Amino acid sequence: MLQILRSDKTVRWTLFGFFVLAIAGNFMPTWVQNNLMFGMARGLAVLGLMVLWRTGLISFGHALYFGIGAYAVALADKHFGVSDIFVRLILAMGAAGFVGLCLGFILRKYRSIFFAMLSLAFSMVLYGVLVKVEALGSTDGFSVSATSILGWTPESKYTLFCAIIVACATSACMVQYYLKTGLGALTTAIRDNELRVEYLGYSVAKAIHFKYIISAALAGASGAMMAMALGQVDPDSMVNWTVSGELVFITVMAGPGSVIAPFIGGVVFEFLRTYAFELAPHAWQLIVGGTLLAIIFFLPMGLWSLLERIWVRKGSSS
Amino acid sequence: MQLLITILLDGLTYASYLFIVSVGLTIVFGVLKILNVAHGAFYAWGAYASAYAITYASDMEYADWIGFVCIFLAAAAVGLVLGMIIERVILRHMYAQDEVLIALATFGIFLILEDVILLVFGVNPYFAYQPMALLGRIPVGGISRDVYSFTLMALACIVAFSCWWGLTRTKWGKLISVVIYDREISQAMGINVSMVYLIVFVIGAGLGALGGAYVAPTLSVAPGFGIDVIVLSFAVVVIGGMGSIPGALIGALMVGILRAVAVHKMPELELFVVFAVMAGVLIIRPEGLFAPAKARTI
Amino acid sequence: MTASPALKVTDLCKSFSGITAANNINVEAADGDIIGIIGANGAGKTVFVNMITGYLKPTSGKIEFHGQDITGIEPRDATHVGVCRSFQVSQVFMTMTVRENLLIALAIAKDEGKAMLSSPRSPDLVAEADRMMQAYKIHDHADAVASTLSQGVRKLLDIAMAVVANPKVLLLDEPTSGVSVEEKFAIMDIVIAALKEKGVTVLFVEHDMEIVERYVDRVLAFYQGEVICDAPPAEALQDPKVIEYVIGHDHAPNPTPPADAASAAANGTESNA
Repeated sequence: MLQILRSDKTVRWTLFGFFVLAIAGNFMPTWVQNNLMFGMARGLAVLGLMVLWRTGLISFGHALYFGIGAYAVALADKHFGVSDIFVRLILAMGAAGFVGLCLGFILRKYRSIFFAMLSLAFSMVLYGVLVKVEALGSTDGFSVSATSILGWTPESKYTLFCAIIVACATSACMVQYYLKTGLGALTTAIRDNELRVEYLGYSVAKAIHFKYIISAALAGASGAMMAMALGQVDPDSMVNWTVSGELVFITVMAGPGSVIAPFIGGVVFEFLRTYAFELAPHAWQLIVGGTLLAIIFFLPMGLWSLLERIWVRKGSSS
Repeated sequence: MQLLITILLDGLTYASYLFIVSVGLTIVFGVLKILNVAHGAFYAWGAYASAYAITYASDMEYADWIGFVCIFLAAAAVGLVLGMIIERVILRHMYAQDEVLIALATFGIFLILEDVILLVFGVNPYFAYQPMALLGRIPVGGISRDVYSFTLMALACIVAFSCWWGLTRTKWGKLISVVIYDREISQAMGINVSMVYLIVFVIGAGLGALGGAYVAPTLSVAPGFGIDVIVLSFAVVVIGGMGSIPGALIGALMVGILRAVAVHKMPELELFVVFAVMAGVLIIRPEGLFAPAKARTI
Repeated sequence: MTASPALKVTDLCKSFSGITAANNINVEAADGDIIGIIGANGAGKTVFVNMITGYLKPTSGKIEFHGQDITGIEPRDATHVGVCRSFQVSQVFMTMTVRENLLIALAIAKDEGKAMLSSPRSPDLVAEADRMMQAYKIHDHADAVASTLSQGVRKLLDIAMAVVANPKVLLLDEPTSGVSVEEKFAIMDIVIAALKEKGVTVLFVEHDMEIVERYVDRVLAFYQGEVICDAPPAEALQDPKVIEYVIGHDHAPNPTPPADAASAAANGTESNA
């Protein structure tokens, strides 16, 4: 495993990029730091969606796992006073991964629009419960207390910022490794021709199930990070269908080209939203929606393909 | 007994409005194979346009019945203008794409239309109660109920009948069935498929707007009006079978009544029950309760 | 192992909502047999192949592989026991190169899937893929994306991918359909040579009687879901029933009698032959 990672260019660039970002974060104004933090956290969920998308599946219900992750952190905090970042992350990923494991048995048989609709239904079931049940915070949700690391509660958010970057870098490298293995190569194979994969002797359902669990756990981690960064969870900004829509939006905007793309996409989305909101408080959705359409029409492989093109041109001109 | 009647009437009212909205969604899916998230925006636009027109008519001190004219005019205008623009300018160029990607594009359209509403109509809510006040209330089984909600049920029946009649008894309906069956062969046979798509999309958009326009007098029309409706009509359409009109009717009745029961008996489950049924139907019968059988592709 | 035939099919029947697509089919094939399956469109050839390889579940009857009951198993389990197939319409990974196609196939076949946990680009897998490409004479196209290949090369890739799992019984569904006349014999020469070397039992569906005559030991003629003739080619191609229902009196190489619409529809893939 280490051999693959050591020889991989993407991994090296990812680690380097995240390292630089972590250092640079210290010198950034708080609002930039916050936006980066939110964008990175969201990028984790997008990374999972990208793995699914490579098999041709788009889930319109990953807010389910995003929400489970966020609420796992909030509920553990409220009832047991859990504030340690590792415990929180493990809880969130465990809960999301477990639900993904269970629902995966059903979802792995579905494709295209049916897959999207059934995942939407599952996520809306959770939304329906969270909005109405007092014990789960109802429409107001909960606040989340400050995050600690092994008993130490840092004063600034910079520590959390670094923690998120470490989590993102780790996840990106692990997913990169996964995509390099036979299982990862199977991703494209399944999108191309399921029948052939079955006749080669591999269970398509199993492969998709595995990807689904990965994406669920990543979305859980993403939700947990978001809850910690915001200090607050509530159903409308964590579990409603619009959240799933946003995640899919970022996935398509980022493009399936690289494991770094989801994080770039997440950050771009966060800044796009902030600027659009500053520029036109009543028309930020218009700008976001317009961007989405423009990407689908003119940049079907996402922002990453644009970066790649620039890269190649630079390489050839110098 | 009184509770039963209330639940039944609430359920039917709710089902009627869901049906009007969902039937537009299901027709568009059936013919164009587009899962149109922007349908929720058509609904919101219909509501805003009708509320605006009714309020305006009332300010000008026209007779109250003009309000009903406003409702239908608003729906037709929204369907025609928005439907045409969106189909011609955007969706036209997407038919070759993956279904889910088109759905995502319509999500983008939804976001845009949501904000254009605010730019056009402002952020303050509208209360266009006049048509509902005009009809007054009558007692049913000892409970006083709005007459307006009964006209909503009547409208749903008319819409259902027109769809059935239009699709099975007219030349246009047959053309549409042919296009649904096989787009390429219809084109080869000389059917103007692109025109059929446009007309169907406009009708679908108009029905979505009609749902919103007719409901507007019973609610306060405020920002975010279309967000909940879109997932609810997804549920309706999925339960009945995407693309099936009788399916939309059954789906709407199921969702409407279930929700009414939940609201009166167990308010916590109001939303849960709708989506649990949606998930359940998808698990047991992925094609929906009423979906037409598909030919094998492999 | 030696006692039981490689493939034994007993009283195999399949009907689709009342329409019979296969009726009491009985076939036996020994190790290394090369058998040609002929018949008009809709005669039930592909249904037969689909049932043996697990794509369709038989209505009744039994399929045995070296004495092991494999009736109604999943396609991937058929592959695991050693019964593989190719397709009438090549089923390859269209966005990948020829080499990548084979690497995936090899990674799945190796160590019962354990190779999937490491990179499929390991030196021994790449070497094996290259050997396969040499054997099937597609090494010139190693780095071409499958969607850009000619029908003939894609067919060869399709067959090579079916052979990767080292099948004992291989079913080829119209290996030469959609392939230019010049390429037909070349393809069959390559394929049969590669398979004979390994002693694989081959059953292939074929419309071209010249190819049938040249390569097979035995012919199975299908008509309306039944096997109407099971004999060596010289004998089978003279059989009056075969001439009547399969080849046609004018000895057209590609007979196309009025296809039985219902069973053609049930066959699915047959319809565009």
